[in-house]
Amino acid sequence: MLQQYAGIGVFFLVAAIFPIIAIGAAWLVRPKKPSRVKLDTYECGLETQGPTWVQFKVGYFLYALVFLIFDIETVFLYPWAVQFQVLPLFAFVEMFIFIGILAVGLWYAWKEGALEWK
Amino acid sequence: MENLFVNLEASLNRFLTATLPGSLPNLAMALASVVVILLFVLTNVVWLVYMERKVAAYMQDRLGPNRVGPRGLLQTVADVLKLLGKEDIVPVAADKWVFKIAAVTVLIPTIMLFAVIPFGNNLISIDLNIGVFYFVAISSTATISFLMAGWASNNKYSLLGGMRVVAQMIAYEIPLVFSLLGVVMLAGSLKMSDIVAAQKDVWFIVLQPVAFLIYFIAGTAELNRGPFDLPEAEQELIAGPFTEYSGFRYAMFFLAEYGNMVAISALAVTLFLGGPSGPWLPSWMWFVIKVYVMIFLFMWLKWTLPRIRLDHMMQFNWKFLLPLSLANILLTGIAIKLF
Amino acid sequence: MEKAMEREVFRADSPRTETITMNMGPQHPSTHGVYRAVLTMDGEEITHIENHVGYLHRGIEKLAETRTFTQFMPYTDRLDYLGAMLNNLGYAQTMEKLMGVEVPERAEYIRIIMAELQRIASHLIFVASYAIDLSSTTGWMYCMRDRERILDLFDMVCGSRLTTNYMRIGGVAEDVPPGFLPELQRLINDLPACFDEYDGLISGNEILQKRSIGVAPMSAETAIAYGVTGPNLRASGVAFDLRKAAPYGIYDRFDFEIPTCANGDTYDRYYIRILEMRQSVRILQQAVDSFPEGPVMAKVPKVIRPPKGDVYHQIEGTKGILGFYVVSDGTSKPYRLHIHSPSFVNLGVFPEIARGGNIQDAVATLASIDIVLGEVDR
Repeated sequence: MLQQYAGIGVFFLVAAIFPIIAIGAAWLVRPKKPSRVKLDTYECGLETQGPTWVQFKVGYFLYALVFLIFDIETVFLYPWAVQFQVLPLFAFVEMFIFIGILAVGLWYAWKEGALEWK
Repeated sequence: MENLFVNLEASLNRFLTATLPGSLPNLAMALASVVVILLFVLTNVVWLVYMERKVAAYMQDRLGPNRVGPRGLLQTVADVLKLLGKEDIVPVAADKWVFKIAAVTVLIPTIMLFAVIPFGNNLISIDLNIGVFYFVAISSTATISFLMAGWASNNKYSLLGGMRVVAQMIAYEIPLVFSLLGVVMLAGSLKMSDIVAAQKDVWFIVLQPVAFLIYFIAGTAELNRGPFDLPEAEQELIAGPFTEYSGFRYAMFFLAEYGNMVAISALAVTLFLGGPSGPWLPSWMWFVIKVYVMIFLFMWLKWTLPRIRLDHMMQFNWKFLLPLSLANILLTGIAIKLF
Repeated sequence: MEKAMEREVFRADSPRTETITMNMGPQHPSTHGVYRAVLTMDGEEITHIENHVGYLHRGIEKLAETRTFTQFMPYTDRLDYLGAMLNNLGYAQTMEKLMGVEVPERAEYIRIIMAELQRIASHLIFVASYAIDLSSTTGWMYCMRDRERILDLFDMVCGSRLTTNYMRIGGVAEDVPPGFLPELQRLINDLPACFDEYDGLISGNEILQKRSIGVAPMSAETAIAYGVTGPNLRASGVAFDLRKAAPYGIYDRFDFEIPTCANGDTYDRYYIRILEMRQSVRILQQAVDSFPEGPVMAKVPKVIRPPKGDVYHQIEGTKGILGFYVVSDGTSKPYRLHIHSPSFVNLGVFPEIARGGNIQDAVATLASIDIVLGEVDR
């Protein structure tokens, strides 16, 4: 069991080392002639105006919150789905009450306009 | 033929067990399989880039690459060599370390995904008992690299692209995950080999057609491919998060993108299209054929449809796909209890 | 009340977020040249747009003052480089008006044929680039395939495809070659089927429709206030076309309609072009059917010295009213030449209609206005 996860660790290591080797290999052969203009930020051939790292629009974070709720739901749903066929009918009903609550939450977010992209 | 790779694996395993002590043979086997998978992904990407260009060309009434090598087959090789000789540019304004690390981390989830993919009968590197869950968990981490790249570039197109990636990938994550639940309920296991075995009589695409469609649409969005290619919309955002990348760092993003396409297609094959099973031909060959059918579908979609708009994309997800996937779980549950 | 205010803080339009200023152009894939817009954006929403032009300024109007009247003809090709034939036509007719030259019958017909072919070619580029700005690359390729046949026809008559320099003051440079008319007839027969194909691939696409219907609507009042002409005006429901309103050349002999749309949104501005191309095909067919014999060039002196005076003439270009204003002081060179370019005027309305949309809408809107920077900057 644990050995399987050690195998996953090997996957992780190799996956991390490969790009480093590849970029390192490119480093060996590629030209290196930096200049000020070359290292400028690209903005359609002009100098950038104003800062980029600003207090960004919150609309994106609202979505992140809705996402979080449903993502956690999936964590609960997976074990239930695996055991679904052996669980009694009661568990089935129970889970659908759970999903129902979330559906109500979705409906509420919908009604409140949290799903409207602005 | 059928057991070609299985036998190779077995003999390598015997050799390693004989020479190495303790649990080292298992790690060495994992190392061997990850190297093989890496080669598999690399060759597929090289071929896929060529295939994509050819498919696009034939759909658009033109020839596509046909100069480098026979029928242009070496075009991608030439492109890789070109990228190798490209100067690596890290803008002065960028957050240097995050910028550099993003190009490395983007490939990690791609390679790790293949750990649980059954490439053929008994041809699976690590048959985790939570295989599907592992796949979902790892694939969602890809978002982080895109956001890192978008934020660290200190470029407005990159920033907007990075934000779009996050908004899109987290949104479509949910219907994607829910669509897999139906399959899990039918199979009663998260283990990939069990799910493949459960499809011995009938493929899950027959029992779960809606789930397959949801998976396909959400998968397209997860891959940032057309019509969901908003993050790297060249008409609006130049290249999105990759705008400032050049040379091999850019190649890493490219590699990850096509690698992810293979991975998502492979999961679709495993969960919905009966995995590597099929008559006459060896199982691993069936696996490749089915994966390529899926990939062709992705390409077909991309080269036919225009790009969807951000707010429509969000609405489609939250107001259509998500309720639909919830309803699909409900109906699946009722159907299982009834029959 | 308090509760409502509390919630307000978390709304997307909260004042605590900052806007970013971003350049769209001059080196941007969707600006079709070196147009530059400075966008002020709150997230993806555009709160302010500023037009910047002049990156392709070559001083063509000033150059004209040091060229003879005949020498200026090739320069008109470089104005709207997708509508060279129409630019030629506009300039040639202006000079003919100033000099009082009568153009031979056959030359008039050739001019109509070339003008309408050019209109179709230019609209095809529009449809193609509209498709590709919405990322439908296949749509682009299909339009390019059909435009190629028109360019081949231009190649047959004048040896070049884009910068044609075909018309002359008093007629056209050369008669059409023998194989031209049958080839043209084949094209006329094939084009309606091609338009049907675009209807299926581009106009009928649901994503494209959702992205363009109702986007950046331009009312007839706004259009007139900004001086917008051409298909953009007709998309807003104003049936104004110089070919009907003030026929020049022999346009009064042809039977065609002025298509209009109702809403003036991005989709209408797109679809009006398809409708216009169908009308152009009708004109072409009539021109081919009544194509006369005869000379193609009037008797015009080698060195043109028009009488003193000024003249303004305007034609219906592909993008709107294309006008030439020429002041002659009796020498062989114009004293002053001014070009009223439709793209420049139409571009003025872009900030007005694109404000409030997101950046994807702005790209679609800019594509739907159909600008050519060669004409904007001159």
